[in-house]
Amino acid sequence: MSLPYPHRHLLAIEGLEPPYIAGLLDLAESYALLNRSGKTQRDLLRGRTLINLFFEDSTRTRTSFELAGKRLGADVINMSVATSSVSKGETLLDTAATLNAMNCDLLVVRHGQSGAPALLAQKVSAAVINAGDGTHEHPTQALLDALTIRRRKGRLEGLTVAICGDILHSRVARSNIHLLTAMNARVRVVGPPTLIPAEAARLGVEVFHDMRSGLRDADVVMMLRLQRERMAAGLVPSSREFFRFWGLDAEKLAAAKPDAIVMHPGPMNRGVEIDSAIADDPARSVIGEQVEMGVAVRMAVLDVLSRQLLRNA
Amino acid sequence: MRDTLIANARLLDPATGLDAPGALLIRDGAIADLGPGLAAPEGAETVDAAGACLAPGLVDLRAALGEPGAEHRETIASAAQAAAAGGITTLCVLPDSDPPIDDPALVQFVIRRGEATGSVALLPYGAATRGCAGAEIAEFGLLREAGAIAFTDGARAIGNARTMRLALSYARGFGTFVVQHPEEPSLAAGGAATEGELATRLGLPGIPAEAEAILVERDIALARLTGGHVHFAHVSTAAALARIRAAKAEGLAVTCDTAPPYFDLNETAIGDFRTYAKLSPPLRAESDRQAVVAALADGTIDAIASDHQPRDADDKRLPFAQAAAGGAGLATLLAVTLARVHAGDLTLLQALDLLTARPARLLGLPAGRLAKGAPADLVLFHPDRAWKVEAGRLPGKAQNSPFDGRALEGRVLGTWKAGRRVFGG
Repeated sequence: MSLPYPHRHLLAIEGLEPPYIAGLLDLAESYALLNRSGKTQRDLLRGRTLINLFFEDSTRTRTSFELAGKRLGADVINMSVATSSVSKGETLLDTAATLNAMNCDLLVVRHGQSGAPALLAQKVSAAVINAGDGTHEHPTQALLDALTIRRRKGRLEGLTVAICGDILHSRVARSNIHLLTAMNARVRVVGPPTLIPAEAARLGVEVFHDMRSGLRDADVVMMLRLQRERMAAGLVPSSREFFRFWGLDAEKLAAAKPDAIVMHPGPMNRGVEIDSAIADDPARSVIGEQVEMGVAVRMAVLDVLSRQLLRNA
Repeated sequence: MRDTLIANARLLDPATGLDAPGALLIRDGAIADLGPGLAAPEGAETVDAAGACLAPGLVDLRAALGEPGAEHRETIASAAQAAAAGGITTLCVLPDSDPPIDDPALVQFVIRRGEATGSVALLPYGAATRGCAGAEIAEFGLLREAGAIAFTDGARAIGNARTMRLALSYARGFGTFVVQHPEEPSLAAGGAATEGELATRLGLPGIPAEAEAILVERDIALARLTGGHVHFAHVSTAAALARIRAAKAEGLAVTCDTAPPYFDLNETAIGDFRTYAKLSPPLRAESDRQAVVAALADGTIDAIASDHQPRDADDKRLPFAQAAAGGAGLATLLAVTLARVHAGDLTLLQALDLLTARPARLLGLPAGRLAKGAPADLVLFHPDRAWKVEAGRLPGKAQNSPFDGRALEGRVLGTWKAGRRVFGG
């Protein structure tokens, strides 16, 4: 890679300069090709320890990091909250001290609280990768989404991307907004006013409450997961009302460009935010490719951060 | 006790506007005399102030202490040490401790523990509601007889309108007032930062700034209804201050205070999830900070309180939304206020008035004056001497200063409580 990644950790997309984003995507692209060819590169992380520290359940992201680490030759250990001492009252920083004692090199953290990986990063010697923190960021998801878009559309610049649904609680939306605006895409957020965060426009996006106008001439339609708790908290009255007005079906999608692609970070709530007919339409849905790119992007991130470890050693 | 003459001082008495070089004589715990050309009586100890400022000891309208109930955060002895280093000689203590101060015996306990320090008078608030739980009003009469200065549920808002109405109405009968934490509870529930662009970027649950104005508006209406006196604590928004200003113009019994974080910091202090800057109410937008400064200057705000809330490392070394709100404020109260003087927003006498005479008058205390016969509660400070706030090196046990790393000008050199030197020297 022409530009060495400048940071010790990957905690957020916000603040990451466009050339480094492009560099990571280029590297991930080469890993995507390598993965398709069936070859592996097991020497890069040989002797390195990668710990997946997941305080929230996640099958997709954890498995993706596990696969990425193993393809690069790392020793991968999964720690989930249910089986760790965290559930016995150990604090986040006690956990950090334990991980330090184990000489972990790369630490992948998912946590329900915004800022938790940043707090850990202050206390551990490992390079920390944020695998989703609260409603803050999910940087590798934004990178894999960008790679998927770039492969399908050939570019990011100038594209119109509509991010739809529960923007307020979405770390995926925040990371995507930061990445796509940094790369000069036009970003719209679409959802009911109760699920749009305060001052969203200040993040450089256009805000829509109506799907048809929000999706008009969009190149990319990115759906988000709506969690059932949002209905319980009264933010939207019911899932059927949500689906009627903000769920993606063929009729609403018709407002987008004819070749618009449909994305979803998973897991999907079929019939809540997306109609199965759309989710399963191979002509529109790139959801499977997102998962494939996830492994490639995480390999690229592990690659650049491990090179930083060498530089700091 | 031997007489003490503090000579060669700049005497500052905000109540009378005195700002003149001179000396001050302490005899039997009171101010015996003050003025220019005062000579030391025979046998008196002389302290050379070398031109430094001598003012009434600070009257801090609002502080939570770790004792009783959270002595791992702070004891009364350690709080007294921090107060003395900050020039505070009278400290009004919030009742939402563990147990809450809702019983006359507990009021007397806090007062006695203060007396035992010998350096600071502790004046407890009584709980406004039993257990500070917000439901039934507490025994205002009995608590007042025991020494409670006024009534509040501390950091908890009295959310129920009927309870607040009864509290204001009942307090009026005893000639006292109710202090409100002005934050509409259902809007504030679960929030960690002021709602807006920064909270959105950090992915933190927001509290709209309007939560403050809404409760202020309601309680002003209840003050009008009952004829009671409501005092709003740590007011932090332009919208709430505008309503308080209008209520005062209307002649209602409405007063308020603010705290140094709200005129010295804005919400950007929480950037990168800095939990020491997590406060309640949360730090606000810069425009609100400026409105607080303007309200200090025009007199809308009646007092500056430390709003001290001791927290230990375990309370703060957590993800932001889970970390405890609150900042240590005793040792920095004077110097952060002086920053507004250095910035030209307040005169020195205005600033001291907000820290001494005005809060004392609100509470009907003889403190906060440089006058013959007044208690010799004094602070000697250098208005320009530079120092840097460093969490971990502050006096007292609580180190959770939101001003960590802040360079300040203005240093306390000495503090006297009832004529006895309790800091410096």
